Amino acid sequence: MRQQQQQEGPVPMEEDVKMETTAEDSRHLQHGFSPDYLKLYYGRLFPFTEMYRWLSYGNDGKHPGCDPSFIARREFSFTLEHDIYLRYLSFHDASEMEATIRAKCPHKIDIGAVYNVEPAKRTAYSGAGSDRVFSPVERELVFDIDMTDYDDIRNCCSGADICLKCWPLMTIAIKVVNTALRDDFGFEHILWVYSGRRGVHCWVCDARARRLTNEQRTSITDYFRLYKGNENTAKKVSLVAASLHPSLLRAYTDVCRPFFEDTILLNQSLLTPEGNYERVLDLVPDDAVKTNMRDRWQENRRSSAAKEDVNASRWRQLKQTLESKQKGQALRRCVEEIVFSYTYPRLDMEVSKHMNHLLKAPFCVHPKTGRVCVPIDPQKCETFDPTTVPTLSQLLNELNENEAKHSSINNGSKTRDLEKTSLGRAVHFFQTSFLDPLLQASKAEVAAAYQEKLHESASRPTLNW
Amino acid sequence: MEFKTATNRRLSNAASTGLYGTGVGGAGGGASRLSLYQVAPCVEVSIEEFEQFALDRLRVLKAIEENRARGRRLEEVEAVVNDLWRKHMRTPNAADAHNKDMISHFVLRLVYCRTEELRRWFLGMETTLFRQRFRSETPESQRRFMEECKFPYKAINTTEFEALKDKLGQVARSLNQPLPTGMVLHGLTSTIYIYVPFEEVPELVATRRVFLQRGNAFVPRDQLVAIVSNHFRARLSKALVLTNRKWTATIAEEEKDRLTPIVEALSTRYLGPDYSQLKSKTTIGLQDLDSLAQRSFPLCMRHLYTKVKEDHHLRHGGRQQLGLFLKGAGLKLEDALAFWRAEFSQKMGVEKFDKEYSYNVRHNYGREGKRTDYTPYSCMKIIMATPGVGDHHGCPFRHFSQENLHAVIGGLRLNAHTVDDIMGKVRNHHYQLACAATFEGVHGCQCDGINHPNQYFEQSQKVLNPQLKSGGDDLDLSLQGMPVVPNS
Repeated sequence: MRQQQQQEGPVPMEEDVKMETTAEDSRHLQHGFSPDYLKLYYGRLFPFTEMYRWLSYGNDGKHPGCDPSFIARREFSFTLEHDIYLRYLSFHDASEMEATIRAKCPHKIDIGAVYNVEPAKRTAYSGAGSDRVFSPVERELVFDIDMTDYDDIRNCCSGADICLKCWPLMTIAIKVVNTALRDDFGFEHILWVYSGRRGVHCWVCDARARRLTNEQRTSITDYFRLYKGNENTAKKVSLVAASLHPSLLRAYTDVCRPFFEDTILLNQSLLTPEGNYERVLDLVPDDAVKTNMRDRWQENRRSSAAKEDVNASRWRQLKQTLESKQKGQALRRCVEEIVFSYTYPRLDMEVSKHMNHLLKAPFCVHPKTGRVCVPIDPQKCETFDPTTVPTLSQLLNELNENEAKHSSINNGSKTRDLEKTSLGRAVHFFQTSFLDPLLQASKAEVAAAYQEKLHESASRPTLNW
Repeated sequence: MEFKTATNRRLSNAASTGLYGTGVGGAGGGASRLSLYQVAPCVEVSIEEFEQFALDRLRVLKAIEENRARGRRLEEVEAVVNDLWRKHMRTPNAADAHNKDMISHFVLRLVYCRTEELRRWFLGMETTLFRQRFRSETPESQRRFMEECKFPYKAINTTEFEALKDKLGQVARSLNQPLPTGMVLHGLTSTIYIYVPFEEVPELVATRRVFLQRGNAFVPRDQLVAIVSNHFRARLSKALVLTNRKWTATIAEEEKDRLTPIVEALSTRYLGPDYSQLKSKTTIGLQDLDSLAQRSFPLCMRHLYTKVKEDHHLRHGGRQQLGLFLKGAGLKLEDALAFWRAEFSQKMGVEKFDKEYSYNVRHNYGREGKRTDYTPYSCMKIIMATPGVGDHHGCPFRHFSQENLHAVIGGLRLNAHTVDDIMGKVRNHHYQLACAATFEGVHGCQCDGINHPNQYFEQSQKVLNPQLKSGGDDLDLSLQGMPVVPNS
């Protein structure tokens, strides 16, 4: 971007992005993010139409039962440059939303709840003794799974870093939670989104989910809670009974155990060297077993089966010892405890509990990585690679290259712009596998609710002769 | 309900309707002793009975609270409730017992509808009470009650049962419970399990005590109490809000010479200090924090304080717990900011602290956002916390492993007998008694029981500085060690 242009005003949209590098730009290019690129992103690529259609849940004005105030009562929040934070924003229609986002160019957009009145007018409804309280009416059930919550079991990275060795932990979380949400709770309209850096978000959009109370949301989050504790507690996964709950058993059999044995054990090298295996042995409550394993592993530099990975063979030994019948029930559960400790999903409790909690919108760009928060297909989450998610600069490069190749006049249509980039695929997936079924269901609900209202008022006596 | 004084005055209609709940249904005459308290009874009550019945019921509710606060599990608390009910809610004439039940409940509704905190307290205690009374009824009587109240639920039929038998058995075994008898005897399965939408049984879902399929929860009959008590709670919650409106709108004014003073006295009579009225009688200074932490902080706050000095960071839960405690102890906002800044900036730099964390400190002191002056957490809240990876908040007596707790207590240098006593209490889940025992060991004097970390702090300060007055004028504890002449 030419430096002078910034002072003169907003960049006209037809202009190509020229990657002239100044000292500042080259820094931004590396991270793939800059406020100027963001402006172009909102100008040409951000899928406003799809987002708006999603959040309207069928209240698009085409049916007499539509509620025109619905989208206006949804709270948004913006984080602007220099960490300026704006809350309680709302929009009356798609064009207002588009215009405001383009003008303000937020570094982050959060989506909140649908309230009983427009957030911008909430102060008219506060004050003691008032019958009307500003309160949330609907909100998707959301989950946030963050890699830092697994720091105590990652040996490859820590903190904000992620790599392909620890990303499988997210894959496991998506598979376990997605299956449970569908099979146990009966939810159907579930969107999984990459958070842009080190985790994933989940949006459950069924009407039934949107109407859950805080208490019900807490109970669902607790249903998924298995890993309890921190450095002050000893045992974190505690399975004391004769059998597992069917949901845990399903997770163990279908996801956790296979991933643990085939992937995590090796990626994280859980049983070698000594520092690593000691942490696993900490989870075994039997001293005799611990000593036994230590003896075998300390002397066992090179086992006869040199081809088998040392982690795999040690795990086999440990499992055999724990599962042998003499040891008793407590130890038999220990295998599952270890597997779950290293694999079972760890949700951020606070995010899901309250209806008014704000969560980052899909298709935002993460300022620290420049990556777009793209949807993840839960059916194919094993092949999702966070290191190849498109970045802002990459997308704009793609746009440039495509336009350089084709001399067709750019008429400013966003859909066509999207298709010139790899983001097109992500939006297409969002549309076909999530949005279309959701809108079908939502519109049916709008129509049904309307019918019921008509029916009710028809059966009431009227003043007509 | 109509009220009359000794001189036979009657209550006006407007006031009496304020006590009515909404909806239909209610106690089924003599059939079921239980009630959802939907409709206030239409009886005459004397002013003396008005107050006395309420007090008796309040004794039961307060005792429930104390038992809960001691960290006892729900089953133990409920066992105690029966005795308490018999003791306090007896009437000379057995037929009047039902009336006393209804009247006392509705009077206490008036008392406890007036603030969010009071409503939450009343809701919690009444729900516990209701649960126990429901559980102590026979299955037949329970069924009759549920029919009277028109509860919507579906029983599972034999074919459905056969299909789900394995999974239902798995759930039972995962709770170390015996398999429900329906699984052994054929043909008696229809009333053994019912299914309801999972929204009806949040506590069963939360603890994975129930099988879920496609949004339905399959509840064994002995867990019916969970569903019923949730309904009770939901209805009472709505009723309390309505009662509050009526009260503030009309009744309080109309009854200001008669019932209002009684009602207002009842609510303040039994509740202990909750440190929400933060006219802090004492202030503490930044430079005293180290020595105060050593001597007067309860274990939970000591641990957090130590950790923040070690790591120069604390996660959100810890910042809230410790930050609000310090506020309650009398640390002023400027000093608090200085403290957190001094610690955090060693790891992240002053700018980052100012940008990302100082807002929260000010928010806790009610200087940002909607300006709520947050109250320091009580023991109940801290014990119920769920610290995760990287967290240090919560109650050490509950959340630490035995070894870690032992190590931390070791740092207090108590004698072996005291340490055993404390560990014993922890094993029996009496976390607050363990904390009190710690207090006694450290200070060498009696302690009645700890309900709040700031209570521990204040009592400790009283013991260590007996020459200071505990109330009244502003005292500056940063001048500890200097002789203070109390005002006469």
